[in-house]
Amino acid sequence: MAVAKKKVIPLKPKPGQPYEPVPTPSRFRTPLSKYRVWRSDSKCIKCGKCVELCPYGVFTKAGTYLRRPKSHLCLGFACRDKEFYCVNKCPGQALRVSIHPVYATLGDARWTADLLLATWWQAEWGSLPYTDLEYRLGGSGGGFDRLRFSFPPPRRDFKLRPEDISLELDLNRRGDGRPQVRLGVPFYAAGMSFGSVSINTILSRVQAAARFHTLLCTGEGGYPEELYPYDDHVITQVATGLFGVREETIQRVRMVEFKYAQGAKPGLGGHLLGDKVTPAVARMRESVTGSALFSPFPFHSVYSVEDHKKHIDWIKEINPRALVSVKVSTPTDVDMVAVGSYYAGAHVVQLDGSYGGTGAAPDIAKKNIAMPVEYAIPKVHQFLKAEGIREQVTLIASGGIRTAFDVAKAIALGADGVQIGTAELVALECLRCHNCESGRGCARGIATTDPELVDLMTVAWGVNRVSNLYYSWSWQLKEILRRFGMRSIRELRGRTDTLVHLDYQDRPVDDDLRRGA
Amino acid sequence: MPAKYHIHVRRVAPRFSPLGRSTIIDWSEGCLRCARCVKEMCPVEAYRKRDFDRTQLTDTIDEMCRDCFRCVQGCPRELIFKALNPQYRQLGDDYWTPEIITLTWYQAESGKIPVSGAGYGGPFAGPGFDALWTDMSEIVRPTRDGIHGREYISTSVDLGRKPMFLAFDGQGELLFTPPPLLEVPLPLLLAEPPLGAALPRLRQMLGQAAQSLGTLALAPREHLTEELLPLARHLAPHYAPGKMNLQDPILPQVRAAELADHAGVLEDMEALKKRYPQLIVFIKVPADGRAEARVADLTRAGAEVVHLYGTHKARGLGDCRDLHLKDLIRRCHLRLVADACRDAVTLLASGGIALAEHVAKAIICGADAVVADIPLLLSLECRLCKECREDGPCPIELENLPVKRGAQRMVNLMGAWNNQLLEVLGAMGMREVRRLRGEVGRAMFKEDLDQEIFAPLFAPREGEPLRREGE
Repeated sequence: MAVAKKKVIPLKPKPGQPYEPVPTPSRFRTPLSKYRVWRSDSKCIKCGKCVELCPYGVFTKAGTYLRRPKSHLCLGFACRDKEFYCVNKCPGQALRVSIHPVYATLGDARWTADLLLATWWQAEWGSLPYTDLEYRLGGSGGGFDRLRFSFPPPRRDFKLRPEDISLELDLNRRGDGRPQVRLGVPFYAAGMSFGSVSINTILSRVQAAARFHTLLCTGEGGYPEELYPYDDHVITQVATGLFGVREETIQRVRMVEFKYAQGAKPGLGGHLLGDKVTPAVARMRESVTGSALFSPFPFHSVYSVEDHKKHIDWIKEINPRALVSVKVSTPTDVDMVAVGSYYAGAHVVQLDGSYGGTGAAPDIAKKNIAMPVEYAIPKVHQFLKAEGIREQVTLIASGGIRTAFDVAKAIALGADGVQIGTAELVALECLRCHNCESGRGCARGIATTDPELVDLMTVAWGVNRVSNLYYSWSWQLKEILRRFGMRSIRELRGRTDTLVHLDYQDRPVDDDLRRGA
Repeated sequence: MPAKYHIHVRRVAPRFSPLGRSTIIDWSEGCLRCARCVKEMCPVEAYRKRDFDRTQLTDTIDEMCRDCFRCVQGCPRELIFKALNPQYRQLGDDYWTPEIITLTWYQAESGKIPVSGAGYGGPFAGPGFDALWTDMSEIVRPTRDGIHGREYISTSVDLGRKPMFLAFDGQGELLFTPPPLLEVPLPLLLAEPPLGAALPRLRQMLGQAAQSLGTLALAPREHLTEELLPLARHLAPHYAPGKMNLQDPILPQVRAAELADHAGVLEDMEALKKRYPQLIVFIKVPADGRAEARVADLTRAGAEVVHLYGTHKARGLGDCRDLHLKDLIRRCHLRLVADACRDAVTLLASGGIALAEHVAKAIICGADAVVADIPLLLSLECRLCKECREDGPCPIELENLPVKRGAQRMVNLMGAWNNQLLEVLGAMGMREVRRLRGEVGRAMFKEDLDQEIFAPLFAPREGEPLRREGE
């Protein structure tokens, strides 16, 4: 294999040593920002006053040399009223703070510029931005973006400390004698194949997953050797193309994911364009370099729930300790599909909503086929309850989970936990240019197998970025639970009464964790 | 099995550089002349390949830029920016958005389905066609490998009157001659757009595209001049009220003709059918408040094809200005179903069909086929500046576009649309588009999902005040 062996980070941190965020700045020289701090060289008298004034470290100097302002640390227009506002205090009137022209070009309706910048911030520092960046919501105008948490007034008698609150999630609820898999956080990393993303991206994600006692799914692209040290944190995927699926790979892991459909392209097969099938990818998938790979749709051997059960039994037989997860999309009868999967023996039913990520999919499918996960979660949750099997199955939601608030909202709507994908890539400085599929792949070295581009990112950097994001999300989830006086994420499941939907409510609701309580 | 229908798409390069959403702004003032400039490290070599387009007087760099922002973030003096392109925002209008226009250009150029990485970036839902999602089937479907189908999915539809039942005599022979049917291999008809420069040339392109696709192009009778007659089999003349003339020399050559709805339309239709029994007659009905009853009446009176048309922004006409075309199609369709004569008549819909998904969704709402008009104009790189309405100069010089190239761009667009329709059908596990008609059970309407799922959870109960913050 062409890829060099990567540094292995210890898998099991000693007990009592939880992860602490490590500041991990952008890989690129100038981080993108909402505000732009500009110093005119001709007016600046190099007095260094700005360095003394700014408490956020926008201005720094090396000896007498004033470095370029670090715009992304700037508080922005909210600073105007402060006595340390540099623009007012600069003796040479050399400073200017304005909205960065690039800000308007960033992002889209689901991932707004604010959300991208706030996620990058969390990946850098492991905490919420002190600036006015919106970190909870996108601008899609529906679904999660119209739901708000309605926190009760703070109660003095209810002071939970972070260590009193549990985010743990058990995946095996069937009581079938198979081992328990307990996640430290109610989210795990969604399947992205080797080929669609680089090995550095996979290793960054899996090492962060290991730090937080959670899992990473390989996606349908084989089981790279580099993942062997992390077997206990890997889910291997069995999908229609069966790329890289072998008995040996199924036997390595604690959970196997059986993929029927992907939310971004429901009812259509996977597609890896020829350019991305490098020799390493081809070997992993046992295919030919440079020729495009299609996963057929559907499983040509599954035409009924009985066929489905046969496949699950086959996996259970090959690996007697593995749990089985079934990933389905969200058609009109998603509730029936979920029940069918349960009766076929699945431990985990995963609903992948239509707005999820993908390496490549027809735009028409991403936008139009199958329902958003916000509808599917309560539909399935209630149906499973009515069937009397809700407590025997773990319901995982995915497809458009962008923030810690989306995680909490999905759980409050009825999921047990979620899978995340795009958010992690954003932590690795993806800016959603939508060009993952073309040519050499991602120009920022995330979703590519081009050797030159892959080297834009190191695993050591990536694992810290993803870990910082996980850390920030964990903090936010605990803070949300604390404000409801809940001791465990389990208590939040199905608690739609904690939410309000703005379509049915005309008063403003503020659930910003940076304010109040 | 009939030969597989195939649309021959072929790349037709644009004559003008397509506008992008954002543009590179590159200040050189204060440049440090680094030994290794970020511009040299561009992964797509945009700076190396950039050129100056002497006809449009623009820099070509934005065509190549793939928005990775590496130069923006890499320049040590922060001299490179990306900014929104004001020209892009000015494209089209509130319905025919810049996104729709540029997506149409791409399909007309390449004939390919737009494919991209990362998840959907648009709004959660929207008005009209954006308020419904199509279904998919987890297990049951034709076996296909992506778009390279092994099994045949038919997109053919029949235009014409269908008998509700057959009757046979004692010898097993049919007791009547079934009315003629015109089968088109895709559920799309072309129509002359309501605007556009160089219209005679545009009509040639429409006719050639219809011929190549095997479908029909609708155009007002008075616009069908001599030089279009060789394409008559693929044209359908439209007659304004009272303009239909049985002696019209084009009638023996065409397979279909359209009459605008008016009081005497049935008599006109009878006369036409008597003289030309094989001719399929369409009746074009405005999608207003009377449409539902009118469609039912016409069907009862023996109409073959009813063409329901809305505004160019997919809205109803007259008193139905606030209703979306999809809802008006649904009304008419359901009325025909209630009258037990839905299958007798063919329902066409037009107005504001802008994207491939609109074809599928209009059919789900009850149309048998749809009519495309403005997108065909867009396929020729039109920017909807509407200058041509005031006889202004056409910025894309339609008068200089060779007919063959224009027709091929139209074919490319329709080919891309048809392939996207196949994607939608494949995802649903359907083998033919005829089955899609009126299949609202295989679609999810936002209002229904809200009513079924969100309202019970979040709507205040009867008499209960809205919840306040913090309660």
